[in-house]
Amino acid sequence: MPEAAQKKPEEKKNIKIVKDATCTFCGCVCDDMELTVDLDEHRITKAKRACVLGRAWFYEHTLDDRPVVLIDGKEATLEEGIEASAKILVDAKFPITYGLSDSPCEAQRVAVEIMDIINGNIDTTTSVCHGPSGMAFQGVGESTATLGEIKNRADLVIYWGGNPAESHPRHFTKYAVTPKGMYIPNGKKDRTVVLVDVRKTPSAPVADIFVKLKPGKDFEVLWALRALVKGKKINDNIEEETGVSRDLLDDLVTRMKNAQYGVLFFGMGLTMTRGRHFNSGALLSLAADLNEYTHFVAKPVRGHGNVTGADNVVSWQTGYPFGVNFNRGYPRFNPGEFTTTDLLSRGETDAAMMIASDPASNFPKKAIEHMKKIPIISLDAKDTVTSSIAKVRFAVATYGINTGGTVYRMDDVPISLRPAFDSHYPSDYEVLSGIRNRVKELLSGSKARTAA
Amino acid sequence: MAETMILIPGRSQSQGTSLNEGKLEDEYKKVTSTAELNENDMRRLKLKDGDKIKLKSEVGHTVVSCVAKKDEDLPSGMIFIPYGPPSSELMSSDTAGSGMPLSKHMEVTVTKVKA
Repeated sequence: MPEAAQKKPEEKKNIKIVKDATCTFCGCVCDDMELTVDLDEHRITKAKRACVLGRAWFYEHTLDDRPVVLIDGKEATLEEGIEASAKILVDAKFPITYGLSDSPCEAQRVAVEIMDIINGNIDTTTSVCHGPSGMAFQGVGESTATLGEIKNRADLVIYWGGNPAESHPRHFTKYAVTPKGMYIPNGKKDRTVVLVDVRKTPSAPVADIFVKLKPGKDFEVLWALRALVKGKKINDNIEEETGVSRDLLDDLVTRMKNAQYGVLFFGMGLTMTRGRHFNSGALLSLAADLNEYTHFVAKPVRGHGNVTGADNVVSWQTGYPFGVNFNRGYPRFNPGEFTTTDLLSRGETDAAMMIASDPASNFPKKAIEHMKKIPIISLDAKDTVTSSIAKVRFAVATYGINTGGTVYRMDDVPISLRPAFDSHYPSDYEVLSGIRNRVKELLSGSKARTAA
Repeated sequence: MAETMILIPGRSQSQGTSLNEGKLEDEYKKVTSTAELNENDMRRLKLKDGDKIKLKSEVGHTVVSCVAKKDEDLPSGMIFIPYGPPSSELMSSDTAGSGMPLSKHMEVTVTKVKA
């Protein structure tokens, strides 16, 4: 056989290996990826150690030939897009920005700065994710830990109102269930895993104990557990009320009190249902109560790659985690008033910049209807329903794959990104920095904006 | 015949993988337009896998396909659907001062859509 024919096709390719790369699809932000990159094809062909969601994230984010900027559906230059966006924001009476959970912290910081300069409103996807938990943190505090600490120490792991097997597949294998830790030498054998949910999700097989409760009864069960932990009486009809038997509650309390180190991970089964921040607050209070007996922590399981970074950046820039308004020239925080669903549904805002998010797909109908009436500026790596209704649409590079920066894992640990290959699209940091600079120019002199 | 049930939109693995392909692509639209119903509820409503059902809430309605789930996995009276535009059609904008619309545990009526 001729030598050329024996040569494998891969050997001809311009291949690059990126070690210790980070997956930014979900809040696990796994930073142990080994990526094989085909630099000729501009795509990742192998993502070692990635989960099913991570593989989809890496394999599907390739380069395409969409225009960098569309204004009213027509192709435009980056400079024209920045100019149009700056004018929309400066001319608006009540401009807002929303999203940011799939942007690095450096871009998030610029978005906050723009809203600060124009006395606008900044909100992130946190408000429709763990926003209620953010409110609960302020109300009752947080007994917290890093995932590394949990991996090394937790012998009782409780998942409440979440389905990590489908939403965060490596949460089990990298952090909290199967890995061996310093004081958990045998991995899962040394842990008891409990899953609390209203349906038997694909996460259930991982659990030693599955607690099925009636829909909308999380608060009642959490409050009953708090009472039992403190040795108080609870009503005899608890099973009828919640679907959870007294025996099972007693067993859980015994296990929680006797654990060496317990953790309560909680998902949007608590925050998106009736009770919202009261549900999260009840869970956080239960974790705090248990510290009378042992060490117990609670952590929200966060969704998007850098939604935790958004909370951190908005907090350190403004003092508040989401739903922040600058209309008066200083930051004010009020969920329900300055959160995006409410602002849009009430028709209060007259321009919106949507960054790395798709509210036109995920928000209530009334909010989407208002979005269609106002100028939208959209920055996203992929076309979305939101980008399809945008007046100015920027196609941006994918963070973590094409661009670097910093993201926060769901346990507030910052991680630096190692991009795999370059993109001809600008980063959201570059676009936002351009908009900020132009906004400043437009507002200088006679157009200076004054607080409302 | 319409029946009232509890709708739980949420994440699923196929929703997560398909959104990486693109939210405007067919796979994502298919995944977010397929609801899971309890097998006994399906039988009672004379539904089979792939049939269309109309879900109606106090604010809107949508038509999606349905597939059966075992009784031990999905309790009777409950519907699961991956998050997406169809579930948003049914979501109220009232956040009760929290910023968060009730995105799970929505009360909906279910009606079979005749082919």
